[in-house]
Amino acid sequence: MNAGAALGWWGVPLAVFAGAIRVSTPFLFVSLGEVITEKSGRINLGLEGTLVMGAMAGYAIAYLTLSPWLGVLAAGLAGLALGLLHGGICALPRVNDTAVGIALMLFGTGLAFYLGKPFIAPKAPGLPAIDLGFWSASPQVRAALQINVLFFIGLACAPLLGWGLRHTGIGLTLRMVGESADAARAMGRSPVRVRLLATGFGGCMAGIGGCFLSLGYPGSWNEGLSSGQGITAVALVIFARWRPMACLGASLLFGGAGALGPALQSVGVSGFYHLFNAAPYILTLAILILASRPDRMLGGAPGELSITK
Amino acid sequence: MPAFPSLTRRHLLGGAALAASQGAIGSARAAGKFTVGFIYVGTRNDYGYNQAHAEGAAAVRKMPGVVVVEQERVPETVAVGNAMQGMVQLDGASLLFPTSYGYYDPFVLKAAKADPAVTFLHCGGLWKAGQPLNAHSYFGYIDEAVYLSGVVAAHSSKTRKFGFVAAKPIPQVLRNINAFTLGAQSVQPSITTQVIFTGDWFLPVREAEATNSLADQGCDVITCHVDSPKVVIETAEKRGLFTTGYHTNQMVLAPKGYLTGAEWDWPSLYPRLVRSAMAKQPIPNMLRGGFHSGFVRSSPYNPIVPAAARKQADAIRARFLAGNVAIFKGPIQDNKGSTVIAAGTVLDEHDVTLEQMNYLVAGVAGSVS
Repeated sequence: MNAGAALGWWGVPLAVFAGAIRVSTPFLFVSLGEVITEKSGRINLGLEGTLVMGAMAGYAIAYLTLSPWLGVLAAGLAGLALGLLHGGICALPRVNDTAVGIALMLFGTGLAFYLGKPFIAPKAPGLPAIDLGFWSASPQVRAALQINVLFFIGLACAPLLGWGLRHTGIGLTLRMVGESADAARAMGRSPVRVRLLATGFGGCMAGIGGCFLSLGYPGSWNEGLSSGQGITAVALVIFARWRPMACLGASLLFGGAGALGPALQSVGVSGFYHLFNAAPYILTLAILILASRPDRMLGGAPGELSITK
Repeated sequence: MPAFPSLTRRHLLGGAALAASQGAIGSARAAGKFTVGFIYVGTRNDYGYNQAHAEGAAAVRKMPGVVVVEQERVPETVAVGNAMQGMVQLDGASLLFPTSYGYYDPFVLKAAKADPAVTFLHCGGLWKAGQPLNAHSYFGYIDEAVYLSGVVAAHSSKTRKFGFVAAKPIPQVLRNINAFTLGAQSVQPSITTQVIFTGDWFLPVREAEATNSLADQGCDVITCHVDSPKVVIETAEKRGLFTTGYHTNQMVLAPKGYLTGAEWDWPSLYPRLVRSAMAKQPIPNMLRGGFHSGFVRSSPYNPIVPAAARKQADAIRARFLAGNVAIFKGPIQDNKGSTVIAAGTVLDEHDVTLEQMNYLVAGVAGSVS
């Protein structure tokens, strides 16, 4: 039909570039949300369940209302509800946030599968993409530059959250609660309330990240849709040292590395495909090892975080 | 086998609202009726492997005097043992279709030994002498239909490069890749197929990436062998490419580019098997068939398929139906240059060496290791 000439080896950098954009968006949203949650001193491991729930809710509402944006809204609200549930349970005395997170991961996934049964077969309208490749005659470049709107929203959120954390009163309160709950209480702030809201925000972002999978790329709802993007994004937060801009970089790196395996096979590098498919994880391990210092704590880790305390 | 633990588990599940999320679709014990159980590894409406079986189950459901019970998303673990036990003991099933490859050994074999009165019909396994006689294995020579897809697609391709998104380099998959390529080459010898192995049966994001990479390399026909072809077909349609389907009919997902597809014809086979089982007629332990026995079929042609392509494909299909054409006849070289089927050798569809295929034919770019 309209396939152009073969790209050959140029296909690999193009695929990595396009993959970085296409595959990174769920990582980006989930990790940005989780930065806010963790900055308040709490970790939510349930985001995998939230992501799947968001993917299902977004697809279902987009299908029922024929509006993908109402789907995004529904995904955000579903995520918010799960986030607030996590925050609410953790506000009770002597509750471990890691355990609640794992419980909510299973709950969110199970609930999404249960409610999502009728929505596997139908086709929901997808989120629009912006055609930035109009200048190119190459169909490959044009396809790579069909960039989903949600990616740009995530792209804008990263510097905005970074700035907000550093330069606004809300950001200061959030960081204070995360560094020392006692100090926050002395200042008249309620750590419980701040953490509840921060976890709610994190859930909302994860829900939106999830609906990118069902409404953006690959663009349909199915029970096997997520291959652990939610839980990977939680790890990316630590990798990014709790900095929103670094989350953006980490997500792009992860997305691009994920595209490497298929791209190399398409140009004939067919051996070791399992190894290339594992590239994102190998990369993460390598960078974490290279970046680690035996003489100090993880930089940027909030003092109240249960995993670093 | 102790009935009690399984009984408790099923009752608990059946009573709780959670039952649906566990995949228990329905249970019925109807007196005097013949109960048939179907067990799927994934979702029934996945536009793929499981949907093909569920369409067969739907055909069985229409038979008078038959009750069908189904369970989805049953992993290839001890969970399938429990599911089979539950269907036999609680639903009174006398015939079971555990449809996923990994169910066979050891779970189906174990269950067949424990309940000699129940018939087990397993898809894809290799029954061997010495295994329980009430365990049966059936499978279709779907490579015949895949070969036809290659023939049809060869007429539409302009770049003469085909892309194949495959899960794992196992014999069934390699046989399809080879048949697809040989079918295309029978029309246009210069056609090549680029394979991408994703590494697993269901990886939506990687399947989409693989499809995009193949499109970037100039492939203009895409097909696949993964559990749910939905993502591959939809992504290829977005890129404006031709597709041929697999497992079931995916025309609705890609009305512009979907040329035809290789489908399992389980709605034709399953009622026949159920009738045999009800009449207590013997069923072979190793049951195989292609077009000839109504195990496989092709999706109806897209209107864009040219008349020449239809004519050629229909002629080959007629020969498959008559049972007098072999896809794998020598000389065939693999893509490393060694001869894998010598000149003069014809491997007909029943040849078991084909079920151990470990090579890609010349013209396929990819590696089995």
